[in-house]
Amino acid sequence: MVTTYILPVIAFAAMGIIAGVLLSVFSKVFEVKTDERIEQINDVLPQANCGACGYAGCADYADAIITKDAPTNLCRPGGTKAADAISKITGTNSGEVVEQTAVLHCSGDCAATGIKYEFTGLKTCASVKRFYSGNSTCSFGCVGFGDCISVCELGAISIKDEIAHIDPDICMACGKCVSACPNKLISIKPKSFSTVVRCSSKDNGKVTKLNCKNGCIGCKMCEKNCPTGAITVTDFHASIDYTKCADCGVCAQKCPVKVIELI
Amino acid sequence: MKRLNSIKINHAKGTAECAAVPFPVPSYVKIPMSMNMGAPCIPLVKKGDTVLVGQKIGDTDAFFSAPVHSSVSGTVRDVSDYRLVSGIVCKAVEIDTDAEQTMAEFTPPVINDKDSFLKAVRESGACGLGGAGFPTHIKLNPKTEIDTLIINAAECEPYITSDYRQMLERPENVLGGIRLIMKYLSIPKTILAIENNKPAAIEEFRKLTENDPSVEVFALPSRYPQGAEKVIIHSTTGRVVMEGQLPSDQKVIVMNVSTAAFIYKYTETGMPLIRRRLTVEGSAVRKPQNVIAPVGTLISDILKFCDTDMESIKKLITGGPMMGTCLITPETPVTKTSNSILALSEYKEPVTSACIRCGSCIRACPLKLMPTEMEKSYKRRDVEALCRLKVTLCMNCGSCTYVCPANRRLAETNQLAKALIPRK
Repeated sequence: MVTTYILPVIAFAAMGIIAGVLLSVFSKVFEVKTDERIEQINDVLPQANCGACGYAGCADYADAIITKDAPTNLCRPGGTKAADAISKITGTNSGEVVEQTAVLHCSGDCAATGIKYEFTGLKTCASVKRFYSGNSTCSFGCVGFGDCISVCELGAISIKDEIAHIDPDICMACGKCVSACPNKLISIKPKSFSTVVRCSSKDNGKVTKLNCKNGCIGCKMCEKNCPTGAITVTDFHASIDYTKCADCGVCAQKCPVKVIELI
Repeated sequence: MKRLNSIKINHAKGTAECAAVPFPVPSYVKIPMSMNMGAPCIPLVKKGDTVLVGQKIGDTDAFFSAPVHSSVSGTVRDVSDYRLVSGIVCKAVEIDTDAEQTMAEFTPPVINDKDSFLKAVRESGACGLGGAGFPTHIKLNPKTEIDTLIINAAECEPYITSDYRQMLERPENVLGGIRLIMKYLSIPKTILAIENNKPAAIEEFRKLTENDPSVEVFALPSRYPQGAEKVIIHSTTGRVVMEGQLPSDQKVIVMNVSTAAFIYKYTETGMPLIRRRLTVEGSAVRKPQNVIAPVGTLISDILKFCDTDMESIKKLITGGPMMGTCLITPETPVTKTSNSILALSEYKEPVTSACIRCGSCIRACPLKLMPTEMEKSYKRRDVEALCRLKVTLCMNCGSCTYVCPANRRLAETNQLAKALIPRK
């Protein structure tokens, strides 16, 4: 009786007590100092894990704010709300949060472009791009097989008339579609600016016009008329530097082919 | 010796007994400046110039390239932009031919040693005529010592018989080419590998090499893809070309049979690579045959010559149905690497369904890859998994797509996956 039941119970109880004492001592002696603010910041972040801030996820960004002094206004899905909450925890000035959205630099829908051939292969943009630079008459435009849709986790992108449309109200500018597009047609721009160039054709004006009714002909009217020098025409299409742009809309008025839009 | 996996496909060699017919001089040719792997050539002629047959019209300083010669005599109509299948735009010289067909002056090259041999091969404009178009002078200049030359006469793609006709019509050129390469590269042994669905060619070459122990005629099984470089090396020598290795790392050179024959012909006559033996086949072609056409001839002209119902063409393929590429218009010129034109009047787009995990693709892959796993890893954009699955070994033979009961585009996905792997 004693050896079968009581002795093991005493032995295990003693082992438990010794282990408990040792653990509590070691937890004090070898304590790893963690900043509780990291936990707090992680709680106010939206847990989208989108990577738009440039870190591996929300937890990594929270860690970077404390340990690497990362700016507190990088969370795009969280916006001003998250930035303010983080600043309250860290006690720093959050700075301005620029709300951004992805935009497509192409307006070559099915009415504007023709097709070179009927594609019967794997229905993805990257695949069709491997044959004669895509099946649309314009080699630089949106091919409309939706590689961007397959990476967008918010469902902000849809295909209408064979080109992608990005809903700025849903988009949180994580930038996944930017790298998914094989033609590099999507870029991230601040939401407050309404001026967008809707063409990325590197063909000269004549060829572009033959291939697409809506294409940029590279006439440089926008470049000449821009009061702040924000527009430059390179590779036969205009592009806007939003750090200089005053959003005055002069370029859109002057554009003879109406490829610069005010959205 | 254990064989690599392979698949059984319909050979469809309906033109095997059709002797190659010389194509009449076309009225117009369009010669692209990029017909082989490597840097595109720079046109040496301009609009309005007169060119002669065999005159060099494009060259480049780049080492990894081969010059381009005119296949006809006439006047240059224009030097225009031309979009290749890969999407890259290169220059193309368009020539209106004249009636005379004046030849440029040819003199057989003076060859004394390896260097002058390689120089002559580069001047000839030679590139791999099997389809990939690897510049021959680079292939013949390996960094390591070579102990075996493998002449690839497998022609495992369905329909194509141009290499077979080359072997039957000009066997002396093939053997001449083999002996030249063996002599100048000091290679002791050659294996001439022919699929056993070409018994006439095997017999012919066995007879011709009876007294020559250095040339072995090897009968390959008629399974697809025997003609793939890594497969043919394994089938004939048992050696395995590892990931990232070249055949020369296993002391072999693999060369297409027509390329070897062309090298001999060039050293005898000095006539550069300006003609191409090619098979014209398919359900839309009423007179399927082999033709010898000048490089730059429009495929539409050749199809008309073979009495093709142009209206009924649904699919136009060059380079064979398994690994070839579709053409979007018959107004595409014949290049150095075109070995066949296939005009099909029927095409039904296969309906893709979900993977049923049957593993057929894994059993079909000659290199023992796992296409179904690679497809899933590609969907996740999992580069690490793709590296582990050795996607870079995929040679796009299409066996996996061919056997897939769910009609999944596995080979195509592998090509996209390969593009994700960062180059070392």
